[in-house]
Amino acid sequence: MNYSQAAAAALSEAMEADPGVIALGEDLGRGGIFAQYRGLQQKFGADRVIDTPISESTIMGAAVGMALAGLRPVVEMRVVDFALCAMDELVNQAAKNRFMFGGQGRVPLVVRMPIGLWTASAAQHSQSLEAWFAHIPGLVVAAPAAPDDNYGLLASALASGDPVVYMEHKELWAVEGEVVPGTRVPLGLARRLAAGGDVTIASWSKTVPTCVAAATELEAQGIRADVIDLRTLWPWDREMVLGSAARTGHLLVVHEAVQVAGFGAEIAAAAAEATGCRIRRLGAPRIPSGYSKPLEDESRVTVGGVVAAATTLLRR
Amino acid sequence: MGSTSRKLPLAMTQHADQTLSADKPRDRRPNAPHAVDRLVALYRTMARIRAFENAAEIASQGGVQAWGLSTAAKPALVRGPLHLSTGQEAVAAGVCANLTRDDLLTSTHRGHGHTLAKGADVNRMMAELFGRATGTNQGKGGSMHIADFSVGMLGANGVVAAGMPIAVGAAHALKIRDRTEIVACFFGDGAVNRGPFLEALNWAVVYHLPVLFVCEDNRISATTPTGPMTGGPGASARAESIGVPGAKVDGNDVEAIDAAAGRLVADVRGGAGPRFLHAVTYRFKGHVSVDPGAYRDKAEVAAAMEFDPLLVARRALADRGVAVGTMDAIDAAAKAEIDAALTQAESAPWPEPAAAYTDVQNTGAGQWR
Repeated sequence: MNYSQAAAAALSEAMEADPGVIALGEDLGRGGIFAQYRGLQQKFGADRVIDTPISESTIMGAAVGMALAGLRPVVEMRVVDFALCAMDELVNQAAKNRFMFGGQGRVPLVVRMPIGLWTASAAQHSQSLEAWFAHIPGLVVAAPAAPDDNYGLLASALASGDPVVYMEHKELWAVEGEVVPGTRVPLGLARRLAAGGDVTIASWSKTVPTCVAAATELEAQGIRADVIDLRTLWPWDREMVLGSAARTGHLLVVHEAVQVAGFGAEIAAAAAEATGCRIRRLGAPRIPSGYSKPLEDESRVTVGGVVAAATTLLRR
Repeated sequence: MGSTSRKLPLAMTQHADQTLSADKPRDRRPNAPHAVDRLVALYRTMARIRAFENAAEIASQGGVQAWGLSTAAKPALVRGPLHLSTGQEAVAAGVCANLTRDDLLTSTHRGHGHTLAKGADVNRMMAELFGRATGTNQGKGGSMHIADFSVGMLGANGVVAAGMPIAVGAAHALKIRDRTEIVACFFGDGAVNRGPFLEALNWAVVYHLPVLFVCEDNRISATTPTGPMTGGPGASARAESIGVPGAKVDGNDVEAIDAAAGRLVADVRGGAGPRFLHAVTYRFKGHVSVDPGAYRDKAEVAAAMEFDPLLVARRALADRGVAVGTMDAIDAAAKAEIDAALTQAESAPWPEPAAAYTDVQNTGAGQWR
């Protein structure tokens, strides 16, 4: 099952289990632009898998009203870049509602906004803005890297009762992997993909497989890396990451987002405060993503880049 | 022409549009069935809103500073911004008289009247303005976010037009869930220039939703007249162009609002889809409590005060033979009720600091830094 099918399966099961779960967004009836809704409108009808106008503010804002009135909406923003048209509705409305009204209401919704570089899609379809949302009290932020996590995290997000910013990656949809039906992945729990005592490499989303490949190369050089996929950015698994960093004494945080003020900075600072370990970050330079391959490649995190960052960190 | 049929001077309507069907002539007979009792009840709601906001305004003196202004320096009982709807009470009273307790409502930053008219408890409302733990929002929202979900009032909102997408979403959920309630969506004339106005109206038409849009047009966007800031013939023409029919009424005439809202609510309840009520009124006070509104044309304000909705209703009541003493007694009862709310609010407990960390979220809550 691939990453896209895994998400469709999780949503389908949630919709079967709870008639209050609905989905809304542009082009969902045709399966969504990444096929992550394929077959759902045919199965559940157009009243529950709702094709909407291109009205991001109201897609998001209506989902808040739907949640307050007893539904559990899954909101599709198409790509994170378009979610910027719905920032008031997400940040001022969905995230604040429960607190500012004194707990009178709940806003259980999942808003899907795929992040990341998407080959040759240039500056407005390629961003990774997870740090923006991790910064907002009231929101949960998830960023699965593999099909089983996309299945299990989406199920947990739907069950959480919170507004969850759910960030799939635009270039992971075709990734295949085994999915065990009925397996939920708890929010806030990281996953260790390689065990090693020399350096901790923490990452999420599409740079996770990059880091795993880098760990294999590092091992050939005699460097054993502890590779951790955060899976959830808020809350993030401090116990696993800080515990590992304390053991290895070296933490490398890798993400596809612009490195400056990225969520890696938060992890790095927390690790420095808690463990005093040596730290290095690797993200994109602070440039918009370019269209042409040589320009776009400047924004990409590569296996070689991770290996170089790790060896530099250990050499210092 | 009887005194009750006096209208706001048309010249004061900065974008008077005539695109909507005019209201049918109302039954002006003094003894029209139920008319007197209903008008008395509407007047009582308005008097309670006026008393609440007058008291809150006094309690806010010395509080928030804005526009380079501050009010008398003394410890403020209401420390945050207050957006008063003084002069606009007829809209809240007239619309909410046609809603049930279970109907839903979204409001604006100027939402005390909507909240009170929807049935919220004034003691808990005042306690919220005072920031106390017994407030409607446990002191977490204040005036700008006042809400009482127990009476279907889903919240005032600090962002112009932000209640509109929420309202259509709530209506969408009601439709999906086969519920019979409807949603009333209040917003101001300023909101018609924000994108969510277009999106939400279109959404309501596309999905044929049970929502009554209420444009409470006080003719000023914060401190800037809305007319010169608005292209075309205005709010109700925009609604009609999207396919949301409705009515335009004198927003200071509570009977007119009640009658129009009654018809439109009946349409909405009957499954006719969304409807639009454009109530043209006038804000007597500044944008926010500290703002004396010195930029307003004094003659315009004075003329508008002649059409204070409470005075208009008093004239109508007098025409129906209701004694002035009855109206005075309603005012006195409202003042006594609000005085009691003030006393209760002042002695109510403050929230514990630990409450700052509750009701943030289920997953990932805590005292993180």
